[in-house]
Amino acid sequence: MEPSGAITHSARIESLAGSTIANCYQCGKCTAGCPVASRMDLVPNQLIRLLQLGRDDLALNTASIWACVSCLTCSARCPKQVDCAAVLDALREFSLREGKVSPAARTVVAFQRAFLDNIKRNGRLNELELIARFKLDVLLRTRQLAFLFKDAGLAPQLMSRKKLHLVSERARDLEVVGRIYARCAPSFHPSDCKEGNRREPQPSPAEASVEAVAK
Amino acid sequence: MNIGYYPGCALHGSSNDYDQSLKACLGALGVSLQEVKDWICCGATAAHSLNHKLAMALPARNLALAERDGFKQVFAPCPLCSMQLLKVRQAVADDGLRQELSQIVEAELRGDAEVLNLIQLFQNIGEERLKTAVQQPLESMTAACYYGCLLLRPPDVVKFDDCEQPKSMETLLAALGAKTVEWSYQTECCGAGMTMASEDTVLELASKILTNAVEHGANCVVVACPMCHVNLDMKQAAVERKYGKQLNLAVYYLSDVVGLALGLSGEQLGIDRHFVTPAPTSAKTAVAGDPGAKH
Repeated sequence: MEPSGAITHSARIESLAGSTIANCYQCGKCTAGCPVASRMDLVPNQLIRLLQLGRDDLALNTASIWACVSCLTCSARCPKQVDCAAVLDALREFSLREGKVSPAARTVVAFQRAFLDNIKRNGRLNELELIARFKLDVLLRTRQLAFLFKDAGLAPQLMSRKKLHLVSERARDLEVVGRIYARCAPSFHPSDCKEGNRREPQPSPAEASVEAVAK
Repeated sequence: MNIGYYPGCALHGSSNDYDQSLKACLGALGVSLQEVKDWICCGATAAHSLNHKLAMALPARNLALAERDGFKQVFAPCPLCSMQLLKVRQAVADDGLRQELSQIVEAELRGDAEVLNLIQLFQNIGEERLKTAVQQPLESMTAACYYGCLLLRPPDVVKFDDCEQPKSMETLLAALGAKTVEWSYQTECCGAGMTMASEDTVLELASKILTNAVEHGANCVVVACPMCHVNLDMKQAAVERKYGKQLNLAVYYLSDVVGLALGLSGEQLGIDRHFVTPAPTSAKTAVAGDPGAKH
């Protein structure tokens, strides 16, 4: 239990999400409309309830926050203007930064991290590189060889439809992209955050402005 | 019309059939797209999930580049890209944020360029002009118009159509002579960027959407999003295998459908590169120009 840590989180989550968590009166509309609620260990209104109770520490560890497909139905339907999808975004960000990602979510997290790394390197998405890096990452974590070859049958089909590019394009201003990454994530790079590595929250100098952007 | 084109990564990658479709269709309507120079990825789901500030900065760079190029309008055919651009545009109404983001992305951001999705682009061309340009009315088409998530949500950011009961695509299709169905999954999510990260999720959601479209009598689904197309078209065979269903439901981009009505061929629009290309039951009932028999 980390009640003191939880208190600092709440304010930062509310600020990032531009929402007042206390406004939620637990009607459950977010969960009713959520297309993946059945895949969640705790459903959206329960996650919000945890935050209301100051138990952010528990919310950060759920697999739910990574099952979310960011369809924004919850936020669009909330009668109390709680931007539930943005709250989950904030929870994901803190969960990864603090090494609290649920082991059940490691495939999803591996994908998101590989994606952001890919953009950092290329400016524009290099699909083949993303797939290779993602598959390798999951293989190393799960030791399931079958995952490596899953969907391999799609490759020739994509190829025959001219949908697979062996040589991918890159953005011209890669140095600018690198600097943008450095300014946005001075203390956080997707590649050096390992799940299970417990890290203390690292409020960066840019934190205040991140939160301002959210509003 | 001088419209800045922000294709986004998908349309330069495996969704290049969408890019082909847009260029063929808009070219036939005399609308030329000029690509925003040196655009970068908007960060997509990964950015807003892992780093909020990056999720603002990447699209901010693109909006600033479009404005630098002098575009008054930026067309983003991917709803996630266009929603992120709109989010930035809304955020920079605050001058402090505008200046800060401009510094981060090393380009002056004004936030005055209008951001358009594909449906809005056709609305701007005008229903009347589309009607007069129709060469082959889509009489045999009974479409389920599928909006998915980010064309409509968040409603206060995208400010487009009715976020629960949209009608804009149906209106356009009616102008092309097509019929549309009332169905339940117009605005439900297809699983979006989870295609690789959680295929199971995508197959479940895609199955519900495709099945509902069939049950309501649709003979095709029309989308305006590259990810919706991937999940409903490319993944359709996997849905059929997993759930033991026979769907064989064509999934068209909105620009395919407009292009077909304008008399363009399936090959010109890239429809022959889709995964699901159902054979027409007869020449009379075939969707005009559909290459059909190709597999």
